[in-house]
Amino acid sequence: MSGTKRETGFTFTIDGVEVKAYAGMTIMEAADEAGVYIPRLCDHEGLRHQGSCRVCTVKAGGRSVSACTQPAAPGQAVENETARLNKMRRDLVEMLFHEGNHLCPICEASGNCELQAMAYRLDMTEATRFPYLEPCRALDASHPDIALDTNRCISCGRCIRASQDVDGKGIFGYVGRGIHRRVAVNGENLADTDAEVSDHAISKEVCPVGCIIRKRVGFVTPIGEREFDKGLIGHEIEEKRK
Amino acid sequence: MSEPRLIEISPVTRVEGHGKVTIHLDADNNVDEARLHIVEFRGFERFIRGRLMWEVPVIVQRLCGICPVSHHLAAAKAMDMIAGVDQLTPTAEKMRRLMHYGQVMQSHVLHFFHLAAPDLLFGFGAPAEKRNIFEVIKEQPELGKRAVLMRKYGQEIIEATAGKKVHGTGAIPGGINRNLPIERRDHFLSSIDEMIEWSQDAVKLARDYTLEHEDLVSEFGSFPSNYMSLVREGDGALDLYHGNLRALSSTGDTVFDQVPYTKYHELIVEDVRSWSYMKFPFIKELGPEAGWYRVGPLARMNTASFIDTPLAAEAHKELKSVTGGCPNNSTLANHWARMIEVLHCVEKIRELLNDPDLQGTDLIAKGARREEGIGVIEAPRGNLIHHYKVDEHDQVTYCNLIVSTTHNNEGMNRAVKDVAVKHLSGKERITEGMLNHVEVAIRAYDPCLSCATHALGQMPLQVELFNAEGGLVDSRTQCV
Repeated sequence: MSGTKRETGFTFTIDGVEVKAYAGMTIMEAADEAGVYIPRLCDHEGLRHQGSCRVCTVKAGGRSVSACTQPAAPGQAVENETARLNKMRRDLVEMLFHEGNHLCPICEASGNCELQAMAYRLDMTEATRFPYLEPCRALDASHPDIALDTNRCISCGRCIRASQDVDGKGIFGYVGRGIHRRVAVNGENLADTDAEVSDHAISKEVCPVGCIIRKRVGFVTPIGEREFDKGLIGHEIEEKRK
Repeated sequence: MSEPRLIEISPVTRVEGHGKVTIHLDADNNVDEARLHIVEFRGFERFIRGRLMWEVPVIVQRLCGICPVSHHLAAAKAMDMIAGVDQLTPTAEKMRRLMHYGQVMQSHVLHFFHLAAPDLLFGFGAPAEKRNIFEVIKEQPELGKRAVLMRKYGQEIIEATAGKKVHGTGAIPGGINRNLPIERRDHFLSSIDEMIEWSQDAVKLARDYTLEHEDLVSEFGSFPSNYMSLVREGDGALDLYHGNLRALSSTGDTVFDQVPYTKYHELIVEDVRSWSYMKFPFIKELGPEAGWYRVGPLARMNTASFIDTPLAAEAHKELKSVTGGCPNNSTLANHWARMIEVLHCVEKIRELLNDPDLQGTDLIAKGARREEGIGVIEAPRGNLIHHYKVDEHDQVTYCNLIVSTTHNNEGMNRAVKDVAVKHLSGKERITEGMLNHVEVAIRAYDPCLSCATHALGQMPLQVELFNAEGGLVDSRTQCV
């Protein structure tokens, strides 16, 4: 949240919990500060909000809105952890599993993967109900230090924003439309770009799944010490309230 | 005189994976042909291509849910070579060894007590409803309890070294991703003496069975063969994790010895046959007819010069004395050999738990990158070979796996035929108990059929259709 005037504070509620906000804050920003976790996949700290994955959808004023882009409003009653909203979120997550090749048992992102963690949080305890599309996209391992497995991409766009806005490079972008939309690089392959392993877009925090791979470090973190071995996704935010 | 008949045992039970046996009886009820068929297909050698090298130990272990550690470690050893690491750090090597001993222990215990014991305790021809682990627990609760707790111990060792009891991630190219915390070490040490005692009892049980049923053991699926395994470099001791290749003939003559396993392809050739997804390896120098060989616990007892842990060493000497120091060719003696290896593994686990290197923090070594890697290990069921090539982008371009059950393919088929001829030939009425004799012969090898099916692209698949009388009606051959 940049440029927010702290002096113009107000309150609103999320699932009956009073939350303090300031002018210009989104519902999600206020919730995060108050220790209320709203599930999200395309949003990431330090990147501009996009509101595309819709996993952060909440009910505000009777409307479904994306919490990462919707400004908080004084006195507003926001619904977040309702059975209906969580079912909708689970459906969205299931569709992401159905669109890609998310083979958690052999993926090096397992345990650090936000998609996997979100599925656990939303009680997706079985394989997706939707038929797998099983994309067959070639692994781009041309770069000496980075690989790209877009079979695992969920089109969150975090790498695009990180590369454009933080790294100032614009290495990643979308190609295609609708169900065919996917992330691509601005060259023949990764080796043809000026991507570097030190780029923010390449850091393990930005790609929520195992699509952008930093080479030769897979499985170095032992089971038990991975990000989501420590708790459900969102636990760090929720611990602020304890 | 009756019509020719085709008998099918499908599925073969109390083994890992899916297979079937077909037995052709002629008009006089004599066994004409008997074969073990592998009816499932996996294809790991093909779909691993294109994947990234550090993913390989995690992906290929999914070949199996019983001995994934063996594939995990064999692949990791191959990836060490590609990563240019010829010598792991002491902590990495000892953690991997600990993982492997835990794995061999639990796998052997599973096989002996859960899968084979019902046959040995109740008889090969006992009613089918009697031949299962639950009846073992009912009749011998102490034995059943030990079976469960020994397996649990081995599984917990795996969990402590790989992160999970099944399909963990411990071994990575060039090393390991964890050490063993003191509290875990102390947990294992608290019951290690009990594990040793129980392992000694298990050796005695298998030994007594073998010696008390000498007539049966010496003739049941028994035949001379070559034997192959890794042995420790230099002194030829039993070494389940690392060493050089040694092969002996059925009379104990050296076929080859102390050959680095990276030269396996100069020693072994894989043959394919139309009726199985499983290949038939043989020693190149001896040819397909005389060059087939067996691997596994009994093979290792035959090839190893000695065992370097005291209790297992004594047991090994006694087993060797039965055949006057020559290779033991009795298929059923595998059970005795298997329990000696359990004792050896538990002794090794005790040795490692008392080694402070397990708490070391130097976990990963680095080296100059290579394009090819071969990893060989002695898996519970025998010698396991992983061979990979990786391009400059870290992607796998070639994979060849020769798993223990594949090495034993010819031996198992001969055992099936031998037992079928001895126990079924000339019988008008074939009972379920008689057919179980055939399965007992297969079970002695503790085959993992799911691990062993890799022949895609190299074998023609032949489908044969038989009529009710066992006559061949139609045949189709397709190259896949």
